[in-house]
Amino acid sequence: MPHAISLAFICFALWVLLSGHYDPLMLALGVLSTLIVVAIAVRMEISNREGQPVHLLPMILSYWPWLLWQIVKANFVVARCILTPSLPVKPTLIKVKASQKSRLGKVIYANSITLTPGTVSLDIKGNEIEVHALTRTAAQDLKRGHMDRRVTKFVGSD
Amino acid sequence: MTMAAIDALSWVCLVTGGFFGIVGGIGLLRFPDLFSRFHAAGVTDTLGAGLVLIGLMLQAGWSLITIKLVLILAFGLFTSPTATHALAKAALRGKVKPLLRRKGT
Amino acid sequence: MFVAATTAILVTMALALIRALLGPTVYDRVLAVNMFGTKTVLLIAVFGFLTGRPDFLDIALAYALINFIAIIAVLKFFEYGDLGQSRPSRARRDRT
Repeated sequence: MPHAISLAFICFALWVLLSGHYDPLMLALGVLSTLIVVAIAVRMEISNREGQPVHLLPMILSYWPWLLWQIVKANFVVARCILTPSLPVKPTLIKVKASQKSRLGKVIYANSITLTPGTVSLDIKGNEIEVHALTRTAAQDLKRGHMDRRVTKFVGSD
Repeated sequence: MTMAAIDALSWVCLVTGGFFGIVGGIGLLRFPDLFSRFHAAGVTDTLGAGLVLIGLMLQAGWSLITIKLVLILAFGLFTSPTATHALAKAALRGKVKPLLRRKGT
Repeated sequence: MFVAATTAILVTMALALIRALLGPTVYDRVLAVNMFGTKTVLLIAVFGFLTGRPDFLDIALAYALINFIAIIAVLKFFEYGDLGQSRPSRARRDRT
């Protein structure tokens, strides 16, 4: 139930911000469509801890800036690889350990890997993520497990 | 004074974003196989799109337009790994093997 | 400066189109088309500012959503040979 309320709140905020109209008719239509969406989401059973991870909100504020900084750094590395005439890429396939317990944590970790250029997660098997890395250094950085620990701390006991 | 500074910053963001977009496009053409091309597409999807949208946000100032730009950026950052993963999964299923260790080693 | 950004985005789109035409596998083409789509979103947004009509952003937002769904739908079709199934269909196995 708390997840349904948070979903309703997000949907209605989205409606108001995207429409930019504040007259009663538009707001009433917004409430109506919010209720329909929430009803469908509850019926589909996607409005739960996994679909609406509101409990992660406080930790996001420390995780996202760190992830953004990693993305910017990785972008410069890949851009230099592309612009070097000899194309110094050595694609490798590696397996990295995902120490998160929940599926949500593993998905966050795999998505973070894909979002940083230079590493793409291909598959999750049990506790291991198969990763395609563009260069040897990108693979080694990931193997060191800094991001893994960071995500585990971020999702907490979940 | 501050207006001019914000204008200059947004100019820098737009041009750098465009530059990273072109770099990603070049990478898409230069890389040897599908799986390394994912990385080139990742450059345009993250830093290229991000910098262009941040440049537009600086132009728009505090308004509903900025919120829409933030939504576009957030949506892009959420969906691009999903699309890449779906593509990788489909390619592996379609028997496309990653090319490994191109230059000797 | 919007002209510079528009030009850069158009060049990127042209490069993506070349990759989409070159192939070699269908997945390369889908990747290139996906990139073309995300650049279209940027192009619509920047073009709105260029012509002084930022209302274009609503279209950009809608296009971002449609692009994502379209890519997933195309991939699902190539993976399963069918849009309505969650397992590889018989048709696909017969073809390969």
